[in-house]
Amino acid sequence: MTKKNTTVKKNTLKLKAGLAQMLKGGVIMDVVTPEHAKIAEDAGAVAVMALERVPADIRATGGVARMSDPKLIKQIMKTVSIPVMAKVRIGHFVEAQILESLGVDYIDESEVLTPADNDYHINKNIFDVPFVCGCRNLGEALRRINEGAAMIRTKGEAGTGNIVEAVKHIRTLSEGIEAIQHMNESGLKKMAVEMRVPVELLKQVKKLGRLPVVNFAAGGIATPADAALAMQLGVDGVFVGSGIFKSKNPTKRAMAIVEATTHYQDPDILAKISENLGAPMTGIDMDDVAVKMAERGN
Amino acid sequence: MSKPIVGVLALQGDFVEHVEILHSLNIPTQEVRNISDANMTAGLIIPGGESTAIGKLLKSTKLDKWIKNNATNGYPVFGTCAGCILIAQDVDSEYSLKLIDITVSRNAYGRQLDSFETILTGTKLKNVHGIFIRAPKITKVSSTVNILLKYKKEPVLVQQDNILAGTFHPELSTNAVVHEYFAKLVKKFNYHE
Repeated sequence: MTKKNTTVKKNTLKLKAGLAQMLKGGVIMDVVTPEHAKIAEDAGAVAVMALERVPADIRATGGVARMSDPKLIKQIMKTVSIPVMAKVRIGHFVEAQILESLGVDYIDESEVLTPADNDYHINKNIFDVPFVCGCRNLGEALRRINEGAAMIRTKGEAGTGNIVEAVKHIRTLSEGIEAIQHMNESGLKKMAVEMRVPVELLKQVKKLGRLPVVNFAAGGIATPADAALAMQLGVDGVFVGSGIFKSKNPTKRAMAIVEATTHYQDPDILAKISENLGAPMTGIDMDDVAVKMAERGN
Repeated sequence: MSKPIVGVLALQGDFVEHVEILHSLNIPTQEVRNISDANMTAGLIIPGGESTAIGKLLKSTKLDKWIKNNATNGYPVFGTCAGCILIAQDVDSEYSLKLIDITVSRNAYGRQLDSFETILTGTKLKNVHGIFIRAPKITKVSSTVNILLKYKKEPVLVQQDNILAGTFHPELSTNAVVHEYFAKLVKKFNYHE
């Protein structure tokens, strides 16, 4: 792919991480049909995640959850002008090769699907298409970034409509970042060994006071207030999976969550947009969750 | 005379990056989420992001009318990427404020795999790091629009009086020349007209 004009560079980390920067303050919505994708785009989604079943249905159906049919992904790519993301199983680099060949804008190496490899995640550095990965804490986030992830999301617990795990993971990540602010060189080195990441990455986090890439919240956001809670806890934006299309009035709820993600610091606006949205998805208490998806991959 | 405050529209997108670059130039800034924020500013940057999302939020906050009214009276506005779409006269977007006489085509270079970075040089601005992410193209400019930077003979940064439009992301580079240029424009339209 060498170009004659050598001054033009493609697929650099700057461009991969840069697209995620454009999504900040926005909502990325799970969609299972081109019609859903259009509803999401019209409601103000900054990107859509194309998949065959939303996490709540993956839970309900059981079995092995895999990459979606390329035909569905292509149809969704044709339908909307916003970026299209799609999921691959943890470690399934061939599913990733297929999505790259389709030209999706972002790949989510996701615990929502059944893992393909219990030991290794995909070496994302060798791909041209950017990746987003889930994390529960700083070590997990940095391992994914070291493998080439250009965007991170806290895992939460997908398909539950329950924000409690998302909050836990956002807080744990923040505490991890806070903890290294006061560490000296030898402390950082020790931590890097523990986390199995290069010490340079930890030094970068210490200097920035945050992750070096954009970080969204995911897994359990069902209401505008949930989205604003995640934003006030310090994430850059939110993924909403089952929360929209498993609710009574998807269009209205989608628009309200978009507004809430922008005006997350304004309770007057949040009160207004939370009014009369119809029933949210039912949701599950964590004690009744049979499969903890967040525990997949480390 | 105190320095004029440059606003950055903070509804969605990479507004923090714009604020940080302006701070590196010691320019006072204000994140703009509503009309009372906007009233404090002497000019406005509309950042990169998704134009439909930003457009919807401009409408619900009524900032669309505020920006349009003020821009018509000389208030400087700089739109980058999604921001460029939102200020173009002729573009496939129901949310465009139509502030500058150009035609813009969305996602014209292709998808993310076609995003690219390069160095841009014009007569006024030199060695600008041009970062193009799912970028739009300016396909036509009226005779009163001044072309400041080009990529492969096509305009990528243009100006019409108080309005500046670019298809790339100067806020993602470490080079602040484009922001410096806009800050001068803000000064000019606030103190010397």
